[in-house]
Amino acid sequence: MSLLTSLARLRALDEGIAQPIATVRHCHLADRPMVFIPLKLSGEAAAPLAAMLGADRDRPRLLVVAQPRNRDLRFAWAAELAGVLLPYVEGFLRDTETVERRNADPYERAIDAPQILVPNRAGVAFVRLLGRSMRFRRADGPYPVPESVPLLGRWLTYFAERAAYPGSSLMPAMTEELGRHWASGQSGLEDANLAALLAWITTGPSDDAEDPLIWPPAGPATDPGFDAEVLAPAMESGSAERVTEALRTQLEPSWRLMWQAIDLLAGLEEGAGVASRWEQDRGSFSGMAAHVAEGAPPQPRRDGAVAAAARLARMERAQAAYDAQRAYDDPLVMAEHRLTGEAFAGEVVDTDPGNTEGEGRSRKLRPLVVIKTDDPVRLSPGTSLGTPQRRAQGAELVSAGEGLVTVKITKGMGRGRTAAPGAVPEIGERVCYTSLTDDFQGSPALPDAEATPWTHGGPPREYVPDDEDAQEEWS
Amino acid sequence: MTAGPEQVIRNVLADLPRHRGVVVDSPPGAGKSTLVVRAAAHIAATGEPLMIVAQTNEQVDDLVTRISGKHAHLTVGRLSAGGYVPPLRMLELPGVRVGTRIQDLGDPDIVIATADKWAWIGGRVWPWAIVDEAYQMRSDKLLRIAGLFERALFVGDPGQLDPFSIVDGDRWSGLSWDPLQSAVSVLLRHNPDLPVHRLPVSWRLPASAAPVVSRAFYPFTGFRSGTSDGDRRLELATGGMGTPHDRALEEAARSGWALLELPNRHTVRTDAEAVQAVALLAGRLLQRGAVASSEQGERPVTADRVAVGAAHRDQVAAIRAAGVPPQITVDTANRLQGREYDVTIVLHPLSGRRDATAFHLESGRLCVLASRHRHACVVVARAGIAELLDAHPSAEPVQLGVPVKFPDGWEANQSVLEHLSRHRV
Repeated sequence: MSLLTSLARLRALDEGIAQPIATVRHCHLADRPMVFIPLKLSGEAAAPLAAMLGADRDRPRLLVVAQPRNRDLRFAWAAELAGVLLPYVEGFLRDTETVERRNADPYERAIDAPQILVPNRAGVAFVRLLGRSMRFRRADGPYPVPESVPLLGRWLTYFAERAAYPGSSLMPAMTEELGRHWASGQSGLEDANLAALLAWITTGPSDDAEDPLIWPPAGPATDPGFDAEVLAPAMESGSAERVTEALRTQLEPSWRLMWQAIDLLAGLEEGAGVASRWEQDRGSFSGMAAHVAEGAPPQPRRDGAVAAAARLARMERAQAAYDAQRAYDDPLVMAEHRLTGEAFAGEVVDTDPGNTEGEGRSRKLRPLVVIKTDDPVRLSPGTSLGTPQRRAQGAELVSAGEGLVTVKITKGMGRGRTAAPGAVPEIGERVCYTSLTDDFQGSPALPDAEATPWTHGGPPREYVPDDEDAQEEWS
Repeated sequence: MTAGPEQVIRNVLADLPRHRGVVVDSPPGAGKSTLVVRAAAHIAATGEPLMIVAQTNEQVDDLVTRISGKHAHLTVGRLSAGGYVPPLRMLELPGVRVGTRIQDLGDPDIVIATADKWAWIGGRVWPWAIVDEAYQMRSDKLLRIAGLFERALFVGDPGQLDPFSIVDGDRWSGLSWDPLQSAVSVLLRHNPDLPVHRLPVSWRLPASAAPVVSRAFYPFTGFRSGTSDGDRRLELATGGMGTPHDRALEEAARSGWALLELPNRHTVRTDAEAVQAVALLAGRLLQRGAVASSEQGERPVTADRVAVGAAHRDQVAAIRAAGVPPQITVDTANRLQGREYDVTIVLHPLSGRRDATAFHLESGRLCVLASRHRHACVVVARAGIAELLDAHPSAEPVQLGVPVKFPDGWEANQSVLEHLSRHRV
């Protein structure tokens, strides 16, 4: 936890209300998000019990497995779930735009993408397990399942994996998104309770949030008291209706909370970098859809050596870009970097817009800017810098000391002999420079999976679906 | 009695043509670079081209200088990235060429570059490779370059810091090719019958330190010091004033270790008192004119022979700002890896903390900090670390399929602490 967030948490505790730690919203919020609150049977890893879902806050769908220990009922539930989720997901594939790429064929990208909101991180983990349990099932052979189930399994796997991708908004966990924008006065563990976190943000902490009779847990685990006193007798009675009504009482409060949280996030202005990250989400979504359409096999159980390295490289790049973009978009996030000495802000006290380097043809314009700052600058001379005030500009630290920092502008001031108007900050202007940049440096190529070297176990065996897949334990 | 270092090197060279890969574990200061230079010359003598992989530009420059200095008849090509400026001393070396493309180098006996640079090279296969600091190299880097060579010698120190990532890599833990594991762990999991040699003698660590570091961080493989008691001496030219700092320096000069213990208190990371103590120790060490005598002769401990180490970058910045003489190296454990000094001053990673996280318990961090010195190591810490350790047993979730790693950071910390407590001031 950063110093600023710790301070915000202390202040939240002191004032009895959560404190904002972001000035803009750093996640995309879809026009038509799908809220998905899954519940599982306690004591089981991936036995679905119920789910409340829908894109319309007034008409949630409730899907229930009246006896989760019955495998056939579970897959019937999965097929019902597919009946709601797949049309929602596939609805985004109709409208596409053509994207030109350098050194590659143009491709079709969906104009909008699905967004499935789950209450918390455990919800994402459960979606991953659901996907894992469904994607290798088949409509023929032993233990056949409805045709839509394996397809839903692949999509759920995709969404859960994408949730681990820094900056992606395809499957946000609500408590995490809220926690990125507000600091409550409780621990990180307690923040995973949607009701408690929302109470901190809206009205201040309340004991009600801890009372499962008022606010049942937002899943996927259920309240043990409810399990013992309500759910178990209802299941034993054999009445599907009774089970359904019991579970409705557990899900409806969370449903209301989820939409309240969406409204809260919608109240924040969207950060400048959100659109470009959503664009990546749309591209990724279209890629996955194309993959499915081509009839490619389901995602493997484990990443192969090459796939793992490729995924790691993508995630590291996304993480660096996400961190940098948030800082550029949001002065409160930038303040964290100013505290650690990776950024500084201050007033321009002197400029030399006509400064040049080199002679003759290699003579280059390198305007100098001197900034007076109170921030601790822990950057060494020669560090390349960027600035949120002028996104296209590149600069370099010349010297820093005694509250004065000299910066040399190296990029983005026009091609003329003198700097373009407005490119060099004026004396008296407040500016901020940081060593964070989301300049994308391509990563070197990886070998093809078939060419996996001997150090990493050699080429992997190809996956061939067989009846063994169906024998897998699914409990 | 285990084999002597010379015998180990001969065994390694003899194994090279017999196996696809050979691994050499080297404790701190055990002559790893010497081995790399010997092996490079040995392979070059067969007339077959060799590629060498190191992890940082400094390591590459260092190897180029050493190889060229020892075997001036060898031609060495130094591949570098675009923005790299080679140090002057390297351009003057005979037989060394620097270039950004493999074509620019002519056809040298040996080509050296960082792993990052090698990843951009393709279209050619070298019969031989030496991978230096292979335990610091992430396995995904090895994956990118493994197609470039047929056989390789992997050299590194298993006790140092593990490679890391800014993203959560749990989804791969337990996989034999986990990209976050070190190159050597992945190599050995797929090729368990490759020979693993160990260099048995540390030439850097004095007789006072080798057993401590060996017991704490290399509990099963062990090593000994190349020098014996009395071979290394550290003398302070001027008398002390009896302050705790002076007494700590005297204890370190006498025994090779000192623990300057500050009163027990929970503090922020940049604990002003501890930072001040570190800076003061560094300043006093120079003022008192320390002289180190060893098998290499007698020489004054100048500022460039002293290093200050800490766990976090903000601590390093605070120590620098507290007035450490400018020529003294102040850096984090990560950056001190592979370096050597006469005297080190260490801010204990757990000093003043309320909790002991996996980061602070990582055995490699303390191992790096406690094994950079030829003569003495002074540790600054707040009291209460033992109690802190007792209150925070390692509680990391156990992942299936992940080989148990030794040493355990918790136990290594206890072991070092117990030794330090005998040199408390």
